[in-house]
Amino acid sequence: MSRIALRGSGLVKRYGDVVALDGLDLEVRAGECFGLLGPNGAGKTTTVEILEGLTPPDRGTVEILGRTWTEDPRGLRERIGIQLQETQLAEKLTVLETITLFRSFYRKGLDPAEVMRIVQLEDKESAWVRKLSGGQKQRLSLAAALVGDPEILFLDEPTTGLDPQARRQVWDVIADVKARGGTVLLTTHYMEEAERLCDRIAIVDRGKVIALDTPAALIAGLGAEHVLEIETESDVDLPRLRGLREVHDLRRDGATLSLTVREVHRAIPQLLAELDAQSVALTRLTTHHATLEDVFVSMTGRHLRDN
Amino acid sequence: MRHPLFEITRVKFLEFVREPEAIFWVLVFPILLSLALGVAFRTKPPEALAIAVQGGPGAEAARAALAADPALSPRVLTEIGCREALRAGRVALVVVPGARVTYWFDPTRDESRVARLAADAALQGAAGRADPVAASDRLMTEKGSRYIDFLVPGLLGMNLMGTGMWGVGFSIVTARSRGLLKRLIATPMRKRHYLVGQMLGRMAFLVPEVGLLVAFAVLVFDVPLRGSLAALVVVSGLGGLAFTGIGLLVAARPRTIEGVSGLMNFVMLPMWIFSGVFFSPARFPDALQPAIHALPLTALNDALRAVMLDGASIVAVAPQLAVVAGWGLVALAGALWLFRWK
Repeated sequence: MSRIALRGSGLVKRYGDVVALDGLDLEVRAGECFGLLGPNGAGKTTTVEILEGLTPPDRGTVEILGRTWTEDPRGLRERIGIQLQETQLAEKLTVLETITLFRSFYRKGLDPAEVMRIVQLEDKESAWVRKLSGGQKQRLSLAAALVGDPEILFLDEPTTGLDPQARRQVWDVIADVKARGGTVLLTTHYMEEAERLCDRIAIVDRGKVIALDTPAALIAGLGAEHVLEIETESDVDLPRLRGLREVHDLRRDGATLSLTVREVHRAIPQLLAELDAQSVALTRLTTHHATLEDVFVSMTGRHLRDN
Repeated sequence: MRHPLFEITRVKFLEFVREPEAIFWVLVFPILLSLALGVAFRTKPPEALAIAVQGGPGAEAARAALAADPALSPRVLTEIGCREALRAGRVALVVVPGARVTYWFDPTRDESRVARLAADAALQGAAGRADPVAASDRLMTEKGSRYIDFLVPGLLGMNLMGTGMWGVGFSIVTARSRGLLKRLIATPMRKRHYLVGQMLGRMAFLVPEVGLLVAFAVLVFDVPLRGSLAALVVVSGLGGLAFTGIGLLVAARPRTIEGVSGLMNFVMLPMWIFSGVFFSPARFPDALQPAIHALPLTALNDALRAVMLDGASIVAVAPQLAVVAGWGLVALAGALWLFRWK
């Protein structure tokens, strides 16, 4: 087993009566991209800020690169890079000035020009931060996290609020860091992001890790790889539908019925025949590969994104 | 790579010069203020005092006798007109002629008392009184004693206070409210580098700030600069540093601009009033004087006036500088202790 870069054990954090973290454990291996996936308010940011040494936990321990925050805070700060969820960098500084400022805080690190190349902001070198788009600001924030050439990179919701193209550009930067052997811990509530970037994922809900594995293994844990979603004109006899051989699991979500199935080409004829037998007409049928979203829904009965 | 203190100072300075409003309030506004006040309180030739003579027998003779004194400008009014003019302050004094002359005036008005003395002397002289002692006048019009001369060092001190406190307070609280301070503390940056960098960055624009106002006052109003330039630089620099330290202390905790604004005004208001910016603090009761002179702006203004108007040396203003430096050090220590990043 590879070296542990980061370990949080039994982390508890309360804010007044609200329990943000309820005994959370996780381990991140050196060189992997580890994702914390969960809905808003699950405790992802609190977890990351405790690991980053910015928030003290009420209980539990944190070990980073074999050290604790009380032993060697400055030494650890030299070795990690952080992107916070809501940092607004100084508006009247240029991209280069901002990166140069952050570079000066680290004893060793990357050349600002090199960092601008990594985050694809070379042509914005002299632009004021105020003039940057949301995606460019986010990549500048990544640059500030990368300029100390960190051994561990912490990214809290790095693409929240970005359009798909800007999101893809941020993913490219993170993939580049990974390719160079960096350890990344990121939080997200976008399952595509977690699936695409992360080697392993912890699904977090209500301050606890409720599942932890590779994305493929988490999806395989559903026992079936496809999801059929149907809507019908009238009520369906659910127990009989659940009794179908190809249907692994069934869940009602408003007007929609979600059926987890192993093989779509066998499941659909069975389903249609059964609905026919019940004299129920279909108004909609869609099918997709099972995703982490489906994993989360099957474990909690709720969706990752609250909409 | 350059030292973090250099970079923090540099970006602090850059952010300032890229803020047109800041340039206006720090560099232009004090000059406009000194221009307006300098014009409003410019030295005027002494004006004749307006007085009234109540109409009736002997009124015209009295008016002629009073008009012989160029310091008096008498006119004849009815009794009602006299009362109105006196009450409205259009005349300083009403003279009621008669076998026994009556002077009608408000004894709390300085100019009325002066007018009474002058009018009485004019009437007595016209009636044949001879002065037993010969007297002549010698006039004092030396520069350095005008209001503008008093005002400019006060404005300089007020400006050092305002820009020192706002210059660091505003940007720190803005950075805190935008999450930037939290981001900075997530790096290996040292707290003292950040705070000292804020002070140094602010000091960089102290040079044009002091230089422009002093040059303007000297060139336009002929305000004297009797002490050495070095003494002025030392006093201004120390004052700027001290108020920057107080600004850091005030900005140590507030999370919003509204919060820090209220606190700033709470700290600065007493000094605007008591510290001798626009008028001498000697006007306040004796019991308040020790407290007034313990205020950093009073000490700074005293030192600036001593250097500019009296040609004092650094050694001569050492007690005032000690007060200023003491405030700065205590405030900086407090800021380091109280400062919160989130």
